[in-house]
Amino acid sequence: MTPGQWMGRALAILILAVFVLFFVVPLIWLVLAPTKTDRQLLLDMPFSFGSFETLWANWTSLVTFQKGLIWTWIGNSAFYCVAALVITLIISIPAGYAMALTEFRGRRLLLASTLVVMLVPSTALVLPIFLELSAVKLIGNPLAAILPFSFFPFGVYLTYIYFSTAVSRDLLDAARMDGANEFQVFIKIAMPLATPVIALVGFFNFTGNWNNYFLPYVTLPGRKSPIQVGLAELLSNVPAFNPTNAASTTISLSALALATILAIAPVLIVFLFAQRYLVTGMTAGGTKE
Amino acid sequence: MTTIEHTAASPARPKGNRRSVEKAQGRMGAAFVSLYTLFLLAFGVLPALYAIYLAFTKKGAFVGFDNFLKVFKDYRFWPAVEHVGIFLVVWLVMLVIFVVLLALLVHSIGIRWLSNTTRFLYYIPGALAGASSVMLWLFVLDPTVSPVAFLLRAFGFDSLVSVVQVDRLPFVLAVIAFWTGAGGWIVVMYGALNNIPKEVLEAAKVDGAGPIRTAWSIQIPLMRKWIAYMVIMSFAGGTQLFVEPRVLSQASRGVVGQDYSLNQLAFLYAFKQSDFNGSAAISLMLLVVALGLSVYFVFKGGLFERA
Repeated sequence: MTPGQWMGRALAILILAVFVLFFVVPLIWLVLAPTKTDRQLLLDMPFSFGSFETLWANWTSLVTFQKGLIWTWIGNSAFYCVAALVITLIISIPAGYAMALTEFRGRRLLLASTLVVMLVPSTALVLPIFLELSAVKLIGNPLAAILPFSFFPFGVYLTYIYFSTAVSRDLLDAARMDGANEFQVFIKIAMPLATPVIALVGFFNFTGNWNNYFLPYVTLPGRKSPIQVGLAELLSNVPAFNPTNAASTTISLSALALATILAIAPVLIVFLFAQRYLVTGMTAGGTKE
Repeated sequence: MTTIEHTAASPARPKGNRRSVEKAQGRMGAAFVSLYTLFLLAFGVLPALYAIYLAFTKKGAFVGFDNFLKVFKDYRFWPAVEHVGIFLVVWLVMLVIFVVLLALLVHSIGIRWLSNTTRFLYYIPGALAGASSVMLWLFVLDPTVSPVAFLLRAFGFDSLVSVVQVDRLPFVLAVIAFWTGAGGWIVVMYGALNNIPKEVLEAAKVDGAGPIRTAWSIQIPLMRKWIAYMVIMSFAGGTQLFVEPRVLSQASRGVVGQDYSLNQLAFLYAFKQSDFNGSAAISLMLLVVALGLSVYFVFKGGLFERA
């Protein structure tokens, strides 16, 4: 290796390492923060471990905050996201299958609309959806989150791509020859082959909805809020950020950090288990076979 | 349900098996997409139409562009456009440069597990989208508790409020957005790099091209479509800026305004001023931008070709 090449390699390693730190350091800090008191957060080394007693104390103060409000929020999130997940799968999988493997009137129009709506950021429709839902008086009803969460054109597109590339029409035709009707073909032949795409659609739908802040923030105020909205709500009870807050029960910085961990835990767990699938899903947007 | 009854009622056509199979398929296809079509109408098409209706009316009467003119005259509107614009420029430049650079570097790591681990570490923050990532960054940007306090102090910041001053905010927001989203794009770009045939890269090497020249003349041009996809998606998403300035506004004692971004302003119109028409006008403008980009990409970017 010439000195030039050596320098180049060293520089590459340095850049990669700096970015590893950039992406990981905040997370490590977050994991350690709840083990410390606010005083320790200010004075101790940022990456020191406090104690399990403090962790327990922070946990207690968080879960007793307004009689366990945090569990209400997490329960809301779970309810909205799981309900939306079920509905999403029920409507997207057959739709993607039909668009890929059957001919019906309006198929191309439906496909084009799906592609267009899929690429529009979901936040762009939040206020219009709010205006619509408030016109039909659904604001504050769990349906105001569940129904919009269940509209997932990206899932239909993923299913469509999957069935058009991974499942051959011949296989379905063979089943038809054997006397299966269209519905049986779908249930007996297509569905068992669809497990990977069901997992993929489920993953993107669940994580996206769990992390969604804007829509439930406007459609489900107060105690009906999911955890993401609740987390921001907690912030206004942290004296360090809002010194004028006169509320009797307050949240410490460390408890807020703990709440953040609780809020992301489900998604993080799903992430760790599903990372292998993700690349496939994210590249499905534009690859051409 | 009607479809099934219909099927049962209509006698089998004697026109031949092929034809009836097609008909059965058509019926089932239509039945299978019906529920989805309903959702598409209810939560895609209808809200957009309703926003159009609201944007051009007031108390039910058609008022032309009045709502838009009112918004344009609002002293908060143009600053919000400017904020979002500067943020977009900073963020997109950052995204293109660093995502491409990091994808190339990660791709050049010869050791498989190391390359996989690095990508995974870059990707993890993606789990914290929405409010939780901003929450975490509140800590990181607050010099009194930050794990990188020494860096913040080196730049002369001694409190969260001094970090999130308005002229620095586009950078702060861009860094947060980059932290959350870049990993996903790095994975996508890495996939694109993997699709480049080994022979092409070997040939370049034989011709005496170094890594920089190979990257510049072969790899980056072949990633162009993906880079365009990333820029368009991120541009559309970036115009929607809401959570980040909203949470920062809550935490910075008003240093970050409640009307910092366009979506925040649309929100204020609906919730503080009870002016749904003005809110719809702003939302509609944002929606038109997003829709324009999306239509352009679907029909010009080749996404629709194979359909």
